[in-house]
Amino acid sequence: MQNKKTITLTFFGMLLLLIAIVLSVTYGTKSVGLSDIIDAVLSRNTSAYNVNVVRARIPRTLFGLIAGASLGISGLLMQSITKNPIADPSILGVNTGAALFIVTGIAFFHIQSKPAYIGLSFVGAMLTTGFVYKLASLGYGGPSPIKLAISGAATSTALSSIISLIVMPDSSVMTTYRFWQVGSIGGASNEDILWILPFFILALIVSLSLSDQLNTLLLSEETSISLGLHVNRTKALAALCGVILCATTTAMAGPISFVGLMVPHVIRMLIGSNHFPLILLSGIYGSSVLLLSDILGRIFGRPGELESGIMTALIGAPVFILIIRRAKVASL
Amino acid sequence: MTTEPSIFIGIQKRRRQYVSTLCLLLLVLCALACLNLTIGEKNYSIYQVLHVLTGTSQEGAYLITRLRLPRTLAAILSGIAFGVAGNIFQTLLRNPLASPDIIGVSTGSTVAAVYCILFLNLSRGIVSVISVFAGILVAFCIYRISYTDRFSANRLILVGIGMQAFFNALINWMILKAAEYDVPTAMRWMTGNLNGIVTDSLPLLFLVVIFSLTCILLLRHGMQSLTLGDEYAIILGVRVRIVRAALILCSVMLIAFATAITGPISSIAFLSGPIATKICGKSQANILSSALVGALLVLGGDFIGQNLLFTRYPVGVITGLLGAPYLIYLLIQNQKGGRI
Repeated sequence: MQNKKTITLTFFGMLLLLIAIVLSVTYGTKSVGLSDIIDAVLSRNTSAYNVNVVRARIPRTLFGLIAGASLGISGLLMQSITKNPIADPSILGVNTGAALFIVTGIAFFHIQSKPAYIGLSFVGAMLTTGFVYKLASLGYGGPSPIKLAISGAATSTALSSIISLIVMPDSSVMTTYRFWQVGSIGGASNEDILWILPFFILALIVSLSLSDQLNTLLLSEETSISLGLHVNRTKALAALCGVILCATTTAMAGPISFVGLMVPHVIRMLIGSNHFPLILLSGIYGSSVLLLSDILGRIFGRPGELESGIMTALIGAPVFILIIRRAKVASL
Repeated sequence: MTTEPSIFIGIQKRRRQYVSTLCLLLLVLCALACLNLTIGEKNYSIYQVLHVLTGTSQEGAYLITRLRLPRTLAAILSGIAFGVAGNIFQTLLRNPLASPDIIGVSTGSTVAAVYCILFLNLSRGIVSVISVFAGILVAFCIYRISYTDRFSANRLILVGIGMQAFFNALINWMILKAAEYDVPTAMRWMTGNLNGIVTDSLPLLFLVVIFSLTCILLLRHGMQSLTLGDEYAIILGVRVRIVRAALILCSVMLIAFATAITGPISSIAFLSGPIATKICGKSQANILSSALVGALLVLGGDFIGQNLLFTRYPVGVITGLLGAPYLIYLLIQNQKGGRI
């Protein structure tokens, strides 16, 4: 029964992803036809205008594919580790942590290279995750969902005033920051893709190999230990993967919120908690959601476009509120 | 009721302590206000200021009565508003992190004001009116959405966080699309600052603060009973729904009006309550003490931002910086059994 559902969902997800990819390449200020895509992929007829439009759009689509999958899986891992249906890089304040470090880098060390962005964003994200988790574990009951959410929000607020302290006196930093802080996959280049791809593949393989352990972790911690699971090691590895996925994407595209919240939540609701298919499906649907938001942004923002980071928040926040309204009071 | 006086000694002692702490805070506040009035680009002595205020001297009259006095008053009033409202939210939701700026109650005002500043170029007075309405509307929506079959503090907090994310996306979008020279104005407004306060917006804020504060003080016993939990409060004879709704309404009014005039000055609502509790203890509702602490924070933050640093920062940046150390302090307190 579960298996059948998983297969249907996989099939449907692939279809949706394919549609999203085709739309993402064809739709825009200049619409192109399917034949142009085929020409571009086969490198035929390279002098035609439409073919070049397609070629210019391909990096963006590929980047959206990877970024969406990263965010979906990252959200899933965070939700599994914290046993919390509403964990998401943006809710937990991880994005703001990455932002603070990147802004510091831009303002004081004049960083420009991609590896510096990724490195700083990773350090920032890692530190903030640890801090928020610690803060939420205060008091009795451990890190409950509500405490995680509110610790994340409070940390975010505190960190963003430090960001404004750094940004405000210097208008050039303010301009850079203004464009970075709105997540967008619009400016992606082939170089960006080459930078995030290895991280993505590494984290994907590690998290897939952890899927059995993550399944065990869903039982109580005591049970997992008596079954011979290294609880802390599993948690730490999975958290590391989650943070790497989210930090690399954030470094390249800026903070994109709520993809990591919506996608895993809905999929878990549909197919249950077996992590192997969960991870793969979160990746597939994460990509589809991000690409579709990007396309929607192009539709609503005509003649320009609305950045995908804004679009995902505008769609995701209402979904988040719906999830909360459906949840039982006791489980919050 | 027993009349044995020795039982009440402890209570009376704590009351006296509370009153004397309040007086002390008031004294510090007066001192800071004098500092704000006398020191600036041009320094005056306290006598000169007094002469100007009583109308016997004209030296520096414009600077003092038109710039510094409104600024100081606005700082005090908005500090009171943020401090009291923050304390009430934290008490009602039983979570020291659940202040209105973190759970999105003030974002409605912010969105409306940023839109007006960036795209409509309206004057400050109209911006205030619009953002008051937007603030109250959004707060009402958050309350309404989170109220399914019964009131749940946790759901209110989470809905608020969701709303805040939604509106932040809108704000980011507007900032991205706006003309570059308008952006600093909006950014400054969003962190909260006291520049360009005009005298005629103050009486309204004053009335709102006085009115809400009176209502809240009248309801303070109900509020203290509510901290025990709804069931106990009902047993103690508190009309839970009415008291809670009235308290939330008053706080939302305070937040909306203060935000409309000064912008959302960060961390004041968040910090005033805990600081006041730390100073005065938990044996009373700490309404006046958090009001005074809020006023002190805003006034002090503005003084530091204007006079003591190399660049002039809006007050919100200075007070916002206090947020991070406070969170770390909470973490350290944990070693000694602190809790959220």
